Amino acid sequence: MTVAVPNTLADALDSLAANPELVVVSGGTDLMVAVNFGHRKPPALLSLRRVDELRGWSVNDGVASVGAGTTCSMLETPAFAAISPALAQSARSVGSPQIRNAATIAGNLATASPAGDMVSALVALDAQVTIASSSVQRTIGISEVASGPKRNTLAPGELITAVSFNAATGPQEFMKVGPRNAMVIAVANVSLVVERSAGAAAARLALGSVGPTVVRAHGGEQWIRDNVDWSTAPTERAMAEFAQRVCDDASPIDDHRSTAAYRRHAVGVCARRALVRAMKAMAT
Amino acid sequence: MTSPTEATEPQSYTLRVNGTDHAVADAWIGENLLHVLRERLGLPGSKNACEQGECGACSVLLDGVLVCSCLVAAATAVDAEITTIEAIGDGNALSTVQQAFVDAGAVQCGFCTPGLVMAVHVLIDRSASKTCPLTDLEIREAVAGNLCRCTGYGRVFAAIEAAIAASAPQGPRP
Repeated sequence: MTVAVPNTLADALDSLAANPELVVVSGGTDLMVAVNFGHRKPPALLSLRRVDELRGWSVNDGVASVGAGTTCSMLETPAFAAISPALAQSARSVGSPQIRNAATIAGNLATASPAGDMVSALVALDAQVTIASSSVQRTIGISEVASGPKRNTLAPGELITAVSFNAATGPQEFMKVGPRNAMVIAVANVSLVVERSAGAAAARLALGSVGPTVVRAHGGEQWIRDNVDWSTAPTERAMAEFAQRVCDDASPIDDHRSTAAYRRHAVGVCARRALVRAMKAMAT
Repeated sequence: MTSPTEATEPQSYTLRVNGTDHAVADAWIGENLLHVLRERLGLPGSKNACEQGECGACSVLLDGVLVCSCLVAAATAVDAEITTIEAIGDGNALSTVQQAFVDAGAVQCGFCTPGLVMAVHVLIDRSASKTCPLTDLEIREAVAGNLCRCTGYGRVFAAIEAAIAASAPQGPRP
């Protein structure tokens, strides 16, 4: 079989199990660029376009679940922004309306670029990722999906089916830097998620385009744990210290889009801006 | 777009474009929808300027949703309603949006125009249900996927404003 356009997840997984040469296409916004320029020549295609059960999101008991085939456009709505401001904003920042109408959250994850905007938000959300084959289903942490730049850990016959994370309990921010306000692969991006529970607050910070994968800024997070009083206003000196700590968390490279030095500086600026906004939101 | 050196099974399938079924025969699996529209189905209105989803000149509607046809694997677009620029306007009568582009002098070489017209039609259709007017940001965001190398966008935005004004309250001429 050369082209499969199944209607159900079960059919898709059965096709994948029976035909190892099938190349999965979701929105096609990454794969088809490679095909158009001759970098990839798929012998066979499995399109997930019509697997409706993979599209959509829901919230149960404070946990949000987003289907793998959900497009960026479906996430840039006010209703979803209330569930995760960071993921909604990251979805809205991807490409253009044309791209957002086709590109899917699982495609962004499976492509595993360190610049993946929705990946950045999902890392800050500490998302769980459900993966299925025709024989088994497993759930892994978001940090286990990408093993390196544009390399994922999916086994043959496996599809990402959903991602899940806690619905927002505190402020969230997503910021992206690039040469234009649209249609850019991030030169750097930052996602900040503050979770409130039992009177306390904890922050997670993810950095994109400054390492082989999206990374958690552990130094920045530790600084927040040690220094931030969420009921007070941030000081200039403290924020400068925080920015420097985040810069140290980054391990960027020079490439055709930007330099390591600029990327390192940019994540510091964005992380600082995000934390200031979050602290203002928490203090009010 | 390059063709493979190794042979793959040629594809035959049917695409529904502008309300008509079109048979595609002996196609390579990797052909994108833009290529099929232009080279196989005699619908050259959608343009190829980048073939990587950056310029929007190839914009079509797939099940009513604006996408870049260069990024759609044509053989997987079966059972979809595809709408191209050829369906906009009615014979020799231009749509509201098309007329606005002409009147504003927003068509220079014209290569970006089909894609922009598709994007603006979507913008106006989507805003028909809103109670407050479109903001500058919303307009810019709606056409952020369409590049123009000629006009500097000034006349394009003037055309869009005029099309929006001409479309209220009864909606644009399709």
